[in-house]
Amino acid sequence: MAGLHFLYKPENQLEEGGRKSAPLPQDAGEERTCPNCHGSFPAEAVRANGEVCTVCGYHFRLGARARIALTADEGSFQELFSDTVGSDPLSFPGYGKKLEKARAASGEREAVLCGAASVGGHPCCLFAMDSLFMMGSMGTAVGEKITLLFEYALEHRLPVVGFTVSGGARMQEGLLSLMQMAKTSGAVRRHSDAGLFYLTVLTDPTTGGVTASFAMEGDVILAEPGATVGFAGARVVEQTTGRALPKDFQKSEFILEHGFADAIVPRGDLRRTISDLLQYHSGGNA
Amino acid sequence: MSTTAYDRVRIARSEKRPTGLDYIRNLFTGFYEMHGDRHFADDPAVVGGIALLQGRPVTVIAIEKGHTVQERTMRNFGAPNPEGYRKALRLMRQAEKFGRPVLCFVDTSGAFCGVGAEERGQGEAIAHNLTEMMGLRVPVISVLIGEGGSGGALALAVSDRVWMLENAVYSVISPEGCASILWKDAAQAEVAAESLRLTAADALSLGVIEEIIPEDDLGAPAFYGRLSAKLASELECLAAVPDLPEQRYARFRRIGCPSAAPAAKPARARAAGRAKREEKGQV
Repeated sequence: MAGLHFLYKPENQLEEGGRKSAPLPQDAGEERTCPNCHGSFPAEAVRANGEVCTVCGYHFRLGARARIALTADEGSFQELFSDTVGSDPLSFPGYGKKLEKARAASGEREAVLCGAASVGGHPCCLFAMDSLFMMGSMGTAVGEKITLLFEYALEHRLPVVGFTVSGGARMQEGLLSLMQMAKTSGAVRRHSDAGLFYLTVLTDPTTGGVTASFAMEGDVILAEPGATVGFAGARVVEQTTGRALPKDFQKSEFILEHGFADAIVPRGDLRRTISDLLQYHSGGNA
Repeated sequence: MSTTAYDRVRIARSEKRPTGLDYIRNLFTGFYEMHGDRHFADDPAVVGGIALLQGRPVTVIAIEKGHTVQERTMRNFGAPNPEGYRKALRLMRQAEKFGRPVLCFVDTSGAFCGVGAEERGQGEAIAHNLTEMMGLRVPVISVLIGEGGSGGALALAVSDRVWMLENAVYSVISPEGCASILWKDAAQAEVAAESLRLTAADALSLGVIEEIIPEDDLGAPAFYGRLSAKLASELECLAAVPDLPEQRYARFRRIGCPSAAPAAKPARARAAGRAKREEKGQV
């Protein structure tokens, strides 16, 4: 199997194991180009605006740690299960190398970051997926970490807030990835049965097996503006049906219109919204 | 010559294979079909209802592909829409209310990829089935009779027992899809099929299924007779299990736990795969 790697022609970033370099320029003087309005702005201004375009409001993708930093109260985040790391359980051609690249590209050991934190003073469990790690795909380690987090939250009677970013199940772990959809759903279910609150924030992109499991299982489902959210890839749908896709197909606005999200919340308002919702769910007295 | 993984994919897809309705007709008596999800429509790709298994009422749900061109078109080639999964869930809840076991027969290339399916929340429909099946208080057995296509198959297979026919396949993505994404070449599907570990033997060694159903006499009366007896006796065993949702969670909880490494691929299969690739000059 090892000989197969020179047959590869990576088609996209996911195939290359994620972007090769950190997307955020480190120099203060550098410019960022917005993929939506094509304007160039000082990187510093975009960063200060929570990685949102200062002109058109386009939401740049955020790494998992940046997401936690924007959400959790300062200094409150304590990472959990960081030593749950994936391997190459099926000896899938090229996967070992891809994992190494993904680790280098994202600086993370796996595609999800989990921990305990507080938001607006409300204690909770947090998870954030990372698009730089093989497009946030779910293999056994991601499934295990999410499951462990819900089990931890159940044990400590904490709500869970999760940011989803994912291309779906990680095909290099085959059936074992698929089974993580059932496993995580079971963990969500047990947490929910105990009367505990789960909030998901769908961010760009949330697709495939993650949409079809824990992303859509929140008590409240929020979405960032303009995020792609769907089950099948748009290209696959177009090829299957042979018809042009409707405007805004699989965007957050489409998901809201068809009744699959509670609200679209711009990044700048997310922290406050999450904090309020955690407060409202901190104990009913009915 | 031994059967390769991709041979099994071809066999699993054959339109000559018994489909969901063939199982319903041959394993059960007195089948009453129940239609509709009560929200949007009746999905012809999912057939469900109540029947008798060896004289005892059970809820039966099957994905139906059809045999002829007309049937296959009418059944959307066994690719369910969200309303199909919601119909299945409605029938499972009904089974729970009346204390009936649930038997699912799974055969799909995957949940349908269409504009309507997305508009009606294909992802949400599957996700909802996963959480709800996890909590069902009645026994659930799923039998993969042909293709087990990713989330679309899993949405009817969060069960206490999952069995596969000898030539059924169960995969996170089609081998063609995998090959075209990874190697930009659908012709590499044979390599992908092997790498994905999608055969019944693979699923068994990965701890994803409990049993492989031999199919030497597939479709013969004796085949259905044995399967029917086997289902009945397994339901008998499951009836004695005290906390089914707890056990079901434990069943899935241990799959693919990085701390507990899965069983290694049998050396023989690995060597065979290598030999095959060498033959093709790929090493």
